[in-house]
Amino acid sequence: MMGMRLQNIWQKYKTNLLTYGTVTVAFLVLQILSSQDMLSRSTQGYLVPICAYIVMAVSLNLVVGVSGELSLGHAGFMGVGAFVGVVISGSLKGAVDSDALRLVLSMVGGGLMAGVAGVIIGVPVLRLRGDYLAIVTLAFGEILKNIIGNIYIGKDATGLHFAMSAGGVSLEEGGTMLLKGPMGATGIEKLSSFTAGFLLILFTLFVVLNLINSKEGRAIKAIRDNRIAAECVGIHVTAFKLKAFVVASVLAGMAGALFAQNYSAITADKFDFTNSINILVFVVLGGMGNILGSVISATVLYLLPELLRGLQDLRMILYAVVLIVVMLCTWSPQVKGKMQVVRLWLGKQKNKIFRKGAADHA
Amino acid sequence: MKKVFAFVMAACMAATMFVGCAPKEGEEEAARVIKVGTSGPLTGGNAMYGNAVANGLKLAFEEINAQGGLQFEVNAQDDEADAEKAVNAYTALMDWGMQIMAGPTTSVSAAATAAECAADRVFMMSPSASDVSVIAAGDNIFQICFTDPNQGVGSADYISQHNLGTAIGVIYDSSNPYSSGIYEKFQERANQIGLNVVAVEAFTEDNKADLTTQVTKCQSAGCDLIFLPIYAAEATQVLTYADKIGYTPKFFGCDGLDGILAVEGFDPALAEGVMLLTPFDATATDEKTQNFVKNYTEKFGIAPNQFAADAYDVAYVIAAACEAGKVTPDMTAEQICEILMEQVLSMSFDGLTGEGMQWSADGAVSKEPKAVKIENGVYVGIE
Repeated sequence: MMGMRLQNIWQKYKTNLLTYGTVTVAFLVLQILSSQDMLSRSTQGYLVPICAYIVMAVSLNLVVGVSGELSLGHAGFMGVGAFVGVVISGSLKGAVDSDALRLVLSMVGGGLMAGVAGVIIGVPVLRLRGDYLAIVTLAFGEILKNIIGNIYIGKDATGLHFAMSAGGVSLEEGGTMLLKGPMGATGIEKLSSFTAGFLLILFTLFVVLNLINSKEGRAIKAIRDNRIAAECVGIHVTAFKLKAFVVASVLAGMAGALFAQNYSAITADKFDFTNSINILVFVVLGGMGNILGSVISATVLYLLPELLRGLQDLRMILYAVVLIVVMLCTWSPQVKGKMQVVRLWLGKQKNKIFRKGAADHA
Repeated sequence: MKKVFAFVMAACMAATMFVGCAPKEGEEEAARVIKVGTSGPLTGGNAMYGNAVANGLKLAFEEINAQGGLQFEVNAQDDEADAEKAVNAYTALMDWGMQIMAGPTTSVSAAATAAECAADRVFMMSPSASDVSVIAAGDNIFQICFTDPNQGVGSADYISQHNLGTAIGVIYDSSNPYSSGIYEKFQERANQIGLNVVAVEAFTEDNKADLTTQVTKCQSAGCDLIFLPIYAAEATQVLTYADKIGYTPKFFGCDGLDGILAVEGFDPALAEGVMLLTPFDATATDEKTQNFVKNYTEKFGIAPNQFAADAYDVAYVIAAACEAGKVTPDMTAEQICEILMEQVLSMSFDGLTGEGMQWSADGAVSKEPKAVKIENGVYVGIE
């Protein structure tokens, strides 16, 4: 009786537990390796950006895979979170002593502002049908990049100063510039850590997986699968789409704040269209709606161009080739058919061996 | 069971990815050469700058190695002119065993890398990252190029002292730190010394395909001199269009204009009369420059620009400082850093991009910008 119930729970939450498990095991293994000094400088350097990109991929998967809307400006939300986060942690310097608390506050602030941006875009656009969201989010990312590229924010004893030109900010003695237009933010304090990144991933997984498995999640999926049918049963289409979209933006903003505070300099250019597409590639190759897939593909695809550094000029070409091959292997029916043949053959061999082993035993 | 098996397999595969990155203990090899690293955009839209720096360093260190004495090895990593990738390039170089950083090429990458170098105490001298925030990161960070503010102030002073224009227009790239950095200081200085700036037109990285509006606006504002703190590729558009509409103001630019005569698809005749402040002149007749241009062109198939010359100078500064400070290849990056800092702060260096270069404690170089004018397809020095 008890066994049955456990079995049921396992069946129900198998995928979720596997997702949490994989992330936690990977974190623990890397932490142990790191404490034993067995990780190289480059590997340690990859950890925080990978965490940030995993959160980006998982949150974009909520929009693209679960709610079925194409968003091409996800990096824009990351940018909002990044710059708001940098300004918050920069202006709290001195006021809040604990670095961890400052990082958390900046992530919360960055996430909230990204969420506000998400509402502003989502409310008008999610009412539309078709590919409008893709077009507007694409434009949003580019507009944002240009706006941030013109903002100057400085901090001195009297408070924060804001202007749209370099001459507009005149600081007192001892003041520092937090944001310098096209040069972006420089001299950022490095507050991010792998542990913070891991906790953010856990938080993201918790939010996203719970949302997917909730009543709201089923409504969102129903809208994706058949909008008219969903509307007929009384589901408020825009409200549910907006929910998924805003949650994804908040998470992206938090990832942005984490990401920015891992580097001492960051520019608005970083959060452009190319980066959004990159994140979309993580989601598509990991599998639409497949959260663990997003986690794994973000990790592997982030590492790939770095591990190919040895090939010098060829690395970018090779990266593209690998993307195409993975795409073919996971999506093309022909290749899938061939893979199936191989898999069946492997299964047969395995069975033979097992049967033989069993016979020997007997 | 199958799931568990698949999971274990996946975990093993992931683990092998990291095993490949484990630090290597290659001590014997490291003891023979001093490892110099650099990073820059070797791929993408800015690849010409990153490759010029990498080539300049390679050429210089080959020559230095051929002389005997201290031996150097260069490793150039791609950073795509991006802060994130620059830090990845830096950590890759550190794993390789880098002892001296002779980069990065662009300002944003350099600002990110400088913070790492300052924390790790690795000596860094950038050939071409001209933003002031780069050297502000630490006392072991140096530049061999002019800082952006210097160029802005220098240009304003030069224009005013020589009465080059009565109504001045500016066309600049507001999305580029180099261009907007120069413009801001130029404007500030112009206000101080009473230069009459009548039109300021900006463009960004995303909309630089067509600069005709900016030129037309300068024309209708009646500008008789246009200040171009931008790169050569964009400047050719301005020159071509001005010529097309029969608008003939004077043009004045900074070191970004260097290489304008070699831009593909541009008629060099249109650049006649353009004035620029530049530290390097590939047509100079002194022996040092001529040898450099000849060897570089032979080796890489294209003429060197100012970036290559800056990098070439950085290599010789590093070599001279290592020689004078008795640096040996078995020293750690930290030890070398202290020696080089002391040497560089006390040296006076004659290179391709300036005579008697000296560095101040903040890491900036002092050298005189050369003003040149393009006449008959070559740079002619003007006073």
